[in-house]
Amino acid sequence: MGQLQNFTKGFIRENPVFVLLLGLCPALGVTTSAFNGLGMGLATTFVLVSSNIVVSLIKNLIPTKVRIPSFIVVIASFVTIVSLVMEAYMPALFESLGLFIPLIVVNCLVMGRAEAFASKNNTWSAIVDGLGMGLGFAFALTILGGVREILGAGELFGWSIFAGDGMLVFVLAPGAFIGLGYLVALNNIVKKKLG
Amino acid sequence: MEYIIIIIGAVFVNNIVLAQFLGICPYLGVSARVSTSIGMSGAVMFVMTLATLVTFLIFNYILVPLHITYLQTISYILVVASLVQMVEIILKKVSPALYQALGIFLPLIVTNCAILGVTILAVRDDFGFNLLEGVVFAVGNALGFALTIILFAGIREHLELMDVPRGMRGAPAALVVAGILALAFMGFANLV
Repeated sequence: MGQLQNFTKGFIRENPVFVLLLGLCPALGVTTSAFNGLGMGLATTFVLVSSNIVVSLIKNLIPTKVRIPSFIVVIASFVTIVSLVMEAYMPALFESLGLFIPLIVVNCLVMGRAEAFASKNNTWSAIVDGLGMGLGFAFALTILGGVREILGAGELFGWSIFAGDGMLVFVLAPGAFIGLGYLVALNNIVKKKLG
Repeated sequence: MEYIIIIIGAVFVNNIVLAQFLGICPYLGVSARVSTSIGMSGAVMFVMTLATLVTFLIFNYILVPLHITYLQTISYILVVASLVQMVEIILKKVSPALYQALGIFLPLIVTNCAILGVTILAVRDDFGFNLLEGVVFAVGNALGFALTIILFAGIREHLELMDVPRGMRGAPAALVVAGILALAFMGFANLV
């Protein structure tokens, strides 16, 4: 598989949210606006790329039996770094993402890529894989956040799209589930069209 | 009375799955059958209560006195992971029947963000829980998880027999159903 294909698979064909249904908790929990979705996506991308790099470097040093706990410690360290940096420089975003920042640790996507890809490939491929999957995750969260923000508040990234209040339900919890349901269905159709 | 309010709040008003979006992976993953969803709920209840008890003590008596609360995430995930492993070993020895029922769900629980989420929420300053209240909070959240996943599994069993448009089959239809359930649970807002 070429590196380009390795990078682009995360967007449509193997999109972590729309196809693999991984990392759904943050995908539903923080996407009240496109900006929050993008912030969460980029934070996860950073953790994913960093942990992929470290895991691919230490893959020959750790015994197979304790690999899962070791991966968890690596991931948890990077999550702590992200949360401290975000608290210092982007307090507003940190506040609105709240609990979901420490919960990046248990995002199945990060653990899944460490176990399924980074622990079996060289560092360069692991970086490309982490970037592709992470940006695919950010892409999905931004779209879901954008759809919910447009329908629920009539805005996109805080810019007014249409006047009026919008459908409040899309900003609230039910809108997250229903919005994601239709986006998964849409992605199925697009994937089939691409062949 | 206080404890009843904490439980009602956790089960209905701030439902862990439908209002707080924690534990979505098992919610969608093991809800195809009512029987498996009951097994998963049992395992979650067991681990969530134990994990909250242990992490509450660690946070208040080790991390806070030593001023190392920034290690919360790392220490919590290690506690949860080792606790699950320990529970698995003990159950296998002490109660093979319970192990048979919960065994396959236990490894899945390590990456269940509901567990880590509740243990972090239980020590939040704005709740100000003491140890017993924290544990009651965990039990309430586990009950809330059980209620929603069993309801959802019951609906999904029927959904399989329905004529759903082809693009919506599987995950999309399940997500829309979850959305409608969340809508129903919004009726409980402001209950406590």
